[in-house]
Amino acid sequence: MTDAPDDSGSPVRASVDLSRRRLLLAGAAGIATSAGAAIVIHDGELGGPSQTIRGEMPWTPGGADSPPGVSGSDYKYFKPAEVAFIEAAVGRLIPEDDVGPGAVQAGVPFFLDRQLDGRYGRGDHFYLGGPWPKGTPQQGYQSRFNPAQFYRAAIEAIDKYVAAHFSGSSFAKLEPEEQDKLLKGFESNQLELEEGVDAKMFFDMLLQNTKEGYFSDPIYGGNKDMSAWKMIGFPGAHYDYLEWVERHGERVPYPTVGFKGRPGWYGVEK
Amino acid sequence: MSTKLKPVDVVLVGFGWTGAIMGQQFCDAGLEVMAFERGPWRDTPSDFATGFAQDELRYMWRHHLFQNLTYDTLTIRNKVSEEALPMRRLGSFLLGTGVGSGGVHWNGQIWRFLPTDFLTKSHNEKRYGKKAVTDGDLTVQDWGITYDELEPYYDQFDRLCGTSGKAGNLNGKIQPGGNPFEGPRSAEYPTPAMKQTYGPTLFGKAAAELGRHPFPHPTGNLSRAYTNSLGAQLGACTYCGFCEKFACGNYSKASPQTTVLPYLLRKQNFTLKTECEVLKVELTPDKKRATGVTYVNSAGEEFFQPAEMVILSAFVLHNARLLLLSGIGEPYDPQTGTGVVGKNYAYQTMSSVNVFFDDKIINPFIGAGALATVIDDFNGDNFDHGGLGFIGGAYIAGMITGGRPIEMIYTPEGTPNWGLQWKHAAAKNYLRSFSLSVHGSSMSSRGNYLSLDPTYRDVHGRPMLRMTFDFSANDLKMSDYLTDRASEVARAMNPREIKANRRSRPWGVTPYQTTHNTGGAIMGTNPTDSVVNKYLQVWDVPNVFSMGSGAFPQNAGYNPTATVAALAYHSAHEILTRYLKQPGPLVQA
Repeated sequence: MTDAPDDSGSPVRASVDLSRRRLLLAGAAGIATSAGAAIVIHDGELGGPSQTIRGEMPWTPGGADSPPGVSGSDYKYFKPAEVAFIEAAVGRLIPEDDVGPGAVQAGVPFFLDRQLDGRYGRGDHFYLGGPWPKGTPQQGYQSRFNPAQFYRAAIEAIDKYVAAHFSGSSFAKLEPEEQDKLLKGFESNQLELEEGVDAKMFFDMLLQNTKEGYFSDPIYGGNKDMSAWKMIGFPGAHYDYLEWVERHGERVPYPTVGFKGRPGWYGVEK
Repeated sequence: MSTKLKPVDVVLVGFGWTGAIMGQQFCDAGLEVMAFERGPWRDTPSDFATGFAQDELRYMWRHHLFQNLTYDTLTIRNKVSEEALPMRRLGSFLLGTGVGSGGVHWNGQIWRFLPTDFLTKSHNEKRYGKKAVTDGDLTVQDWGITYDELEPYYDQFDRLCGTSGKAGNLNGKIQPGGNPFEGPRSAEYPTPAMKQTYGPTLFGKAAAELGRHPFPHPTGNLSRAYTNSLGAQLGACTYCGFCEKFACGNYSKASPQTTVLPYLLRKQNFTLKTECEVLKVELTPDKKRATGVTYVNSAGEEFFQPAEMVILSAFVLHNARLLLLSGIGEPYDPQTGTGVVGKNYAYQTMSSVNVFFDDKIINPFIGAGALATVIDDFNGDNFDHGGLGFIGGAYIAGMITGGRPIEMIYTPEGTPNWGLQWKHAAAKNYLRSFSLSVHGSSMSSRGNYLSLDPTYRDVHGRPMLRMTFDFSANDLKMSDYLTDRASEVARAMNPREIKANRRSRPWGVTPYQTTHNTGGAIMGTNPTDSVVNKYLQVWDVPNVFSMGSGAFPQNAGYNPTATVAALAYHSAHEILTRYLKQPGPLVQA
């Protein structure tokens, strides 16, 4: 232990200069582009610089921890064979019909691609350290793989299984009824895969991620035109329902909105 | 090698609700206070502005406000004979982090425990016999404090938050419209109860027809604007439906940010260090006194911060671990039943009943964290448990915290989780269904405890915490009985159908249940069966105080935050009026 009468490794200041934090320009994050020079703060990441705060509420105008929306339309993470599997699988998890969009039509494969290409895919907020024995179902996700690695390994293992049992075919080429049968087998833990892939664990992750893409804000790449929200009647991220609290049993006539507003705001009412 | 810093009067380890409360109390008394928070700074306009606060994917499912497990998690198992494995992803409970911590992403459900809840052992033993409090290895204890002692501090927290509600018992007089079972309150709630939407209203009517006693849920989602005891201003809730797991951009939910920080952070005798993690409480060689804490900053540099007093104000699981890592108190041993640190870890026994209508539009997206009509007829010892074979109970709430579609689409019994049938059920039922919540107590038992894991270590090389937990037979019986009572109310609402989601063993890390973890540093009347006295002062090291729900000897059928806050205020009062004059044990062992 050394004696240093004063400092703590981070400068003492009346208030914190937010520019010392992890800042990204708005253009990197889709959502804030229209706000011009707005600043995006990613607080969820680890290892931001330590701060010493004294004497004032730290606040800098123009700083906002805006959501990390996605852009583009090409696939960044999935390889072509993986795209075929994903489109086939999520198309069975949420099929298209007159009632509402299917997962493919809502953009879920693109959503999944961007999730796996980003922080979620890298295992952000997961603990992935070893050792890695197989756990009980109650102990939840137990794997060395981060989600991106897990999808890759699982898709390969599933297509291997299909090739072995369906004379060289792949999951995407099977009839829908056969695909459903396989998915049910994974869901109920009846089918075993190779390469250290727990089929049920993968199914649970795929179904959860599919619903996430289907029902999350369109800035993340799924829920195209808020079509899944419209199907169920969720009006989106409205801020104030006070007027409707005691109007029991009435349909709230608000148009569906997302973080970027709604198509009507851009002259394309849907 | 750590660098020694200038001594301070008080160190706060963790900066959520109890850190903020203790910091404010101590700074007002002129003490030099240094708070450490391992997560980042967070403020309303920068971190959860209304323009992007209502993001189900980012906050609920990508855990943006929750503890990042990458560097530190805990290991879990159901029983001693199993190998504990790391909780690799949050699920059953959602640990907070950052300034405000769980106080940022809570629902704002503000409950007082019943007077008999503080006498779990003696009251139930007297009424139902010794077996009732020991059967199935139950290890319930009395708290060593009474409701009457805590009442002024519950009231203090209400005035801080501006709690919205309707009193049911004012100074012993039962009030119409409130909870007739609650302990006597010294004052009405600071703000009126929230207006109720359709679902909770239907629940209240049905419950009243069955002879129950419905009342509006007390809430920190404010019914109208309020200026609190520290001059902080809160706005009226707009029912946006994003409270729990989310932060409020509208200054309508009581949190450290909305109620304490604007006042405390301006104090010249208060310093907050963020992204600085306390590794250990340092003790004198005889282990009778803390000399300060060792912490590490995000650059990995270590410092020793000397202090006259150390307040453990982190979450229950972190406090228990820090006690164990620092060698404070004797670790609990489930085989022998000896030792105290880690003992009586408990949780909350949750179940629910979904209600589906054909003819009623519920609009579940109009919600708030504590928007509910509640009955308390079957909580604690509000009903005769004779012949039932369990102690404890639950409140039953017709509650709509929101209609977030990834999490909260209810489908009838027998609906698959995917495919066209699921999609059709989602489309048909989303607007026409909601859920009754059964919020049950959790009695402590011998095999449920916290300890250090022998295998897994955090990024600093310290052993992770190990949690050994499963639901007790007592609590499952309780939960079944209460779920039946909830189903009665559900059916009395004349829905098309209902679906009861019962609680069963074993406890698992998914899905989400609640972040009401309790115990591990329990309070009591003597050092042989508790870690802290009724002032939350550690018996063995009297200049260390351990805050939070870790002090609960078992958990009641209510949300813990108000009791956590009341215990903190009670502790602060005693420290300021007695301890400072003569530092030492506040209760003679």
